[in-house]
Amino acid sequence: MTFSHRSLLDVDTLSRGDVDTIFKSADAFFEVSRRPIRKVPTLRGKTVINLFYEASTRTRTSFEIAGKRMSADVINMNVSASSVKKGETLYDTVKTLEAMHPDIVIVRHSASGAPSFLDKNLRCGVINAGDGMHAHPTQALLDAFTIRKKRGSLDGLKVAICGDVAHSRVARSNVRLLNLFGAEVRVVAPRTLIPRGFEEMGVTIYDDVEKGIADVDVLMILRIQRERLRGALLPSLREYSRTFGINERRLALASDDVIVMHPGPMNRGVEIEPAVADGAQSAVLDQVEAGVAIRMALLYLLTGEITELKETS
Amino acid sequence: MSLTVIRGGRVVDPASNQDGVVDLVIEDGVVTRVGDASSIVEQLATPQDHVVDATGRWVCPGFIDLHVHLREPGSEYKEDIQSGLAAAAAGGFTTVCPMPNTTPVNDNRAITEMMVARGQESTGARLVPFGAMTKGLRGEELAEMADMREAGVVGVTDDGRCVENAAVMRRVMEYARTFDLLVSQHCEDHSMTRGAQMHEGAISTRLGLRGWPREAEDIIVARDLILAEGTGARYHVAHISSMGAVRLIREAKSRGLPVSAEVTPHHLQLTHDALLTYDTHCKVNPPLRTEEDRAALREALADGTIDCIATDHAPHSVLEKNCAFDDAAVGINGLELAVPSLLPLVAEGVLTLTRLIEALTASPARLVPDVEMGSLKVGARADITIVDPLATWTPRRDALRSKSHNTPLLDQEVSGRIWQTWVAGERVFQS
Repeated sequence: MTFSHRSLLDVDTLSRGDVDTIFKSADAFFEVSRRPIRKVPTLRGKTVINLFYEASTRTRTSFEIAGKRMSADVINMNVSASSVKKGETLYDTVKTLEAMHPDIVIVRHSASGAPSFLDKNLRCGVINAGDGMHAHPTQALLDAFTIRKKRGSLDGLKVAICGDVAHSRVARSNVRLLNLFGAEVRVVAPRTLIPRGFEEMGVTIYDDVEKGIADVDVLMILRIQRERLRGALLPSLREYSRTFGINERRLALASDDVIVMHPGPMNRGVEIEPAVADGAQSAVLDQVEAGVAIRMALLYLLTGEITELKETS
Repeated sequence: MSLTVIRGGRVVDPASNQDGVVDLVIEDGVVTRVGDASSIVEQLATPQDHVVDATGRWVCPGFIDLHVHLREPGSEYKEDIQSGLAAAAAGGFTTVCPMPNTTPVNDNRAITEMMVARGQESTGARLVPFGAMTKGLRGEELAEMADMREAGVVGVTDDGRCVENAAVMRRVMEYARTFDLLVSQHCEDHSMTRGAQMHEGAISTRLGLRGWPREAEDIIVARDLILAEGTGARYHVAHISSMGAVRLIREAKSRGLPVSAEVTPHHLQLTHDALLTYDTHCKVNPPLRTEEDRAALREALADGTIDCIATDHAPHSVLEKNCAFDDAAVGINGLELAVPSLLPLVAEGVLTLTRLIEALTASPARLVPDVEMGSLKVGARADITIVDPLATWTPRRDALRSKSHNTPLLDQEVSGRIWQTWVAGERVFQS
């Protein structure tokens, strides 16, 4: 098994072979989480720092559980509250961390590109846990892993992404990964929520939700935030829900065995009706379970093997 | 009496339609002969003290940059007037126009006088400042333009900020016209660029960076051209970057309006692709745009729609550049590497050498008629730039005169170098 990456900043550095390697590892680790004793010694003695500049519950917890199930020492640093307010620069924080000799730093930051900055300035590997509107590669990987588990393959699947694509790092990473695997990606949203030049990433834009989700195999629904009303992007959540929200009637237009996904947190009654969120086709909780497995696989591939390579080279 | 003879160089002086190997004689800081100087050299007792052998080099009028930031007063850790004028001389510029967005703002005579005095006590290029159009660059009340003009200001601008209120902008133009000041606008509809980091398009979308759309530039250019037509002001678009703005200027010029534009070397050479690695050195305002925009800018510079080249020299320290992209300051350190970044345009056939030199000399000089410069004809002040077009070199941190080093060309091998720079007959730079 070969995996030559030190860091994971975005999915566009991954080949299909790399993703297959990650999925194979994740298959193995998926089972670990279902055992009575959910711990393996793989990363004993390794230090993993969760560096979160933005509030996060599910992603941070998922990484923390992944690290702990692999016996790594996981340290959570919520920086938003401390250093930034004291005026410490990102560069100084990075150098301070470096002196603590972590094996991997997992970073979430509100500024797009911040993980690249860390990667350039750190000797250890970096995992991007979401940066600004840029990328969220572990989310895209866990989404693809979830679809693959249910469908066996992503090739030729029709996937519709509905919601606030403009502000979504999840959408950007998913588009890249789905395209890598030969899926057909559609984007369904009002034009105010679609960034300029998005077609060039390999998607087709639909103004009509019913046409956009017709016959799709996967429906990825993104959160609509109340803040968007202030920037004159939406008139009201009510109108969004009426025009683009996914309800049972609209869902019936999709393929019979459509997979409904949402990266969370959900705004029930806005972008997704409760009946859809909790319905038989919902894979929302499968996504959460897959997230731990994918993150265990990445920690294993990025810390374990690469460190050994460094020692022998 | 001081006497210098520059011999054997290719004299390129678009203002006097001169392009050929010829000698240049300078006496007491003034050009006194353009032609064979053998008889003068033969009479010299110690020719080695007076003769400069420029064989194989280009002898041009001193370059003029209508748009630089020298950071003094206020941010002297990035640059000051002394280091900025030395950097200008090293880049072949003999006259530079610092923008008024200093701290405090150059919106009054006291700051203008201080800048001019600091310029006079420095060695290097000559300093000819622009003043603010509105007090504090706030876009609300007129600055004391007449007073600043008496102290040496040749144009007004709120550079870094755009005057958003159309009624105020109209009054700025009317008032500036009264005193024949060039009105230079930083064209940006700020309501469309809040939080913007780079050109809005496929790359900003991919990188997840907030976009600065062309429309924000074009809307202001269109509005201002309408106001310029109504007021008769001499209106100038600073650092033009979009193809739409080019189209608007072309149309206005075709109707004979007294409007002009400048373009930076980086907008002529780079596109938003340069940001794919989140390189903060390429974060500029207005942003680097697309290949189509770059092609439009090049074409417009060649055909004269864009009058001149200005570097928008914007020195920043590592504090402002070695950080997350959102936090990085905008600007490229442009004076010292202007020539190596522009020469490929001649090699690629985008511009003739004559047009390139004109865009650095006669064209900007025309926009600032108060100061006589931009030509090597007999009687002109001897501001001279001698270029070694074939020299290859690598700009290292410690070789640059600027206090800051924020340029994507740092440590990259480049070709073309300033050999000597002369201001009023005095040599102020030698590489």
